[in-house]
Amino acid sequence: MDTLLILIPVALVASLLALVAFLWSLRSGQYEDLDGAASRILFDDEKPKR
Amino acid sequence: MAPLDDLATRADAAACVHCAAPVAPGTRFCCTGCEGAYEAVKGLGLDAFYARRTAPSAKPQDDGVIQDYASRVNVSPEGVATLHLMVEGITCAACVWLIESVYAREPDVLDARVNLSTGRLVLKWKGDAARADALVAVAAKLGFRFVPFDPSCLTRAGDAEERDLLRATGVAGFAAGNVMMLSLAVWVGSDMGPATKDLLHWVSALIGLPCIFYAGLPFYRSAIGALRGGRVNMDVPIAVGITMTAAMSLSETIRSGPYAYFDAALTLLFFLLAGRYLDRRARGKARETAEHLLALRAAPVTVIDPEGRARAIPVDAVKAGDFVQVAAGERIGVDGEILSGVTDLDTSLVTGESLPRGAKPGDPVFAGMINLGAPLRLRATATGENTLLAEIVRLVEAAEGGRSRFVAISERVTRLYAPVVHITALATFLGWYFLIGVDWQVAMLYAVATLIITCPCALGLAVPSVQVVASGRLLKSGVLLKNATALERLAQIDTIVFDKTGTLTQGRPVLADDPARAKDDHRFAASMAAASRHPLSRALAATIRDVSVAVGVVEHPGQGLTLGQAKLGSRAFVRVDDVLAGPATGPELWLDRGDGRKIRFAFEDAPRDDAAETIARLMREGYAVELLSGDRRETVRDVAAMLGISEWRAEANPAAKAARLAELAASGRNVLMVGDGLNDAPALAAAHASLSPATGADVAQVAADAVFQGAGLSAVGELLDVARRARELVRHNIAASIVYNALAVPAAVLGYVTPPLAAFLMSSSSIYVVVNALRLGRTRWTRS
Repeated sequence: MDTLLILIPVALVASLLALVAFLWSLRSGQYEDLDGAASRILFDDEKPKR
Repeated sequence: MAPLDDLATRADAAACVHCAAPVAPGTRFCCTGCEGAYEAVKGLGLDAFYARRTAPSAKPQDDGVIQDYASRVNVSPEGVATLHLMVEGITCAACVWLIESVYAREPDVLDARVNLSTGRLVLKWKGDAARADALVAVAAKLGFRFVPFDPSCLTRAGDAEERDLLRATGVAGFAAGNVMMLSLAVWVGSDMGPATKDLLHWVSALIGLPCIFYAGLPFYRSAIGALRGGRVNMDVPIAVGITMTAAMSLSETIRSGPYAYFDAALTLLFFLLAGRYLDRRARGKARETAEHLLALRAAPVTVIDPEGRARAIPVDAVKAGDFVQVAAGERIGVDGEILSGVTDLDTSLVTGESLPRGAKPGDPVFAGMINLGAPLRLRATATGENTLLAEIVRLVEAAEGGRSRFVAISERVTRLYAPVVHITALATFLGWYFLIGVDWQVAMLYAVATLIITCPCALGLAVPSVQVVASGRLLKSGVLLKNATALERLAQIDTIVFDKTGTLTQGRPVLADDPARAKDDHRFAASMAAASRHPLSRALAATIRDVSVAVGVVEHPGQGLTLGQAKLGSRAFVRVDDVLAGPATGPELWLDRGDGRKIRFAFEDAPRDDAAETIARLMREGYAVELLSGDRRETVRDVAAMLGISEWRAEANPAAKAARLAELAASGRNVLMVGDGLNDAPALAAAHASLSPATGADVAQVAADAVFQGAGLSAVGELLDVARRARELVRHNIAASIVYNALAVPAAVLGYVTPPLAAFLMSSSSIYVVVNALRLGRTRWTRS
């Protein structure tokens, strides 16, 4: 019982963090160009520094 | 040359290096446009593009329309200019890399970001708006075409809805995972004390209830909206099922009973939301194209006020009687009468005529025409809703009204289905409670299981999943589906009616080969033509690469060009003797270098690359093919003969085209109309299904069910093929969900199914349906 009282909040906090991370990435537009992002990562190497 | 051993030459020795179109052996490029784009890419040292791309590039096109980019620039107080552009010609991620790399080298450009999904470019630079044209030209050289648009014209509602769905999916996923973990503990822990079990149930309720409420909102909203309108849709049984499950689980938790099924409700929500999000995403693509078209129509109009000052005002604010200035290359925004200026007009949008028409003071002009020659001053006679353009749009809308009688299959099925589901669940509860006399909680449990198991998810997914996969599949071949019922209607097609100009043909003049023509004369004519914006001049200039623009060319709008003694222009302008030269058979230019020799440059509107092949294939597959054109008899006859179409009609005006379609429909044919012009729009809307090329008029694209890109016609065959296969899969899927329900519902009614088992069965039937739909997505890879 004691372990449950610790583990349930721990699990909840961990998954809440994941949820918050997801909501943040959604808000910051990470999902707006999924097709581009998939390929973009392969191209960045030769891009000149701005 | 090693890195330039690009995919086109490797795959096929006789293919254009840039666009991979077939070319004569020994030639590297199909046209000067491709050659120019290739040289530009190479000149920038970005050859890696050709090694990286996974799809051949689009053929560069020059349609002679100058966009006014500078007026669309937004300059912030900090001096950062922002321009939003739609990019045409992006075929794969390498194009994104190419465009971004080019801009990364421009010194003042702060940011250039291309969105591959939407084909949009956001360009930001330090400095004034006037640099816009030069900056756009940098990437336009590479073969892309740019169209400015105002992002505020696009409705953000669709995007916001998509994000809401994704957020709800995330919340449901989070809650489902946690609650599932707790529920698993309850199921497995048979030696668990009642206090521990209650604790776990309460924690589940605390996580589950708010999440069910939040993630269920899209369903509640839609269900309430439908009920208010006196209809029943798929979301009504879903909303009822979820609410009942949650309410029952809460009551069990409060009285510390054994059954709490928050996890069932949450898993259900998670799967439904994920499906709905994917569906919306696929549809968003088609929606964006339509919005793009609407945004384009909002170009400002330059009005001259009584004091003689020019002001750019929105097209809605122009009144009849206003004086309007139209620059060369600009699209006319109002109907009016020419006060001053002699020019050529591109009337293709309004009349479908592919060649420009001369215009002088006193002539009427209509909104949608493009001024190709000299600046014009007009007196507006009709604006906004009174223009001919608006009239035709109304005609289209009226005809589209007739199409609304088509209801998507899934909607039709739900209308029958929803009442049956609710009555079955209610009967289950009443039967167990009154007839058999179990506790009301147990009766309720069985009723909820019935609700969940009959939840028409498989059915709800059966049609949309096929539709999503089909539209994704078509998108890859360059076809945008705009209408939910279009696939069903396309599958019923037995007759195809083509428009000629711009549909079967490329819709722009191409210089015909003439072995008698001296190379030197050709060069000379091209250098003169390069000074003009007339479509024939541009077509002529485009035949020679790196043509130097002759200095001192004088343009006589509507007639031709002069350079000292030399003349290039119409038959009358160059004073060609009709008797000697023979009658004009098509568009032509004549050159007289001042020595009295008259050299003819004849132009033709060539058929699309694969038109003959596509039509032959369609006929082999059993479709009746017909040609319906507003063009002259001889031209239509020749094209029909060249492509092997026996049934053709010429000189048909928009009303005649619509009438012919009505005639075909009356004789029981299901007609697919393929057309590109404004004059085709009523026919497109009247047809059983319709298709328009992406190069077509805005109105035609809005009226059509689907829009296809690319230079070829093969998309027509592909579209019909996918539509027929999609119909088969939809039938298969509906049959599968009916079989599933026939087996599962009796089990639920008889009380053999607990809600979690019901949720599991429901999910697996949905997964079956989706996997089945995915079979459609297997694409033939023509090039690897």
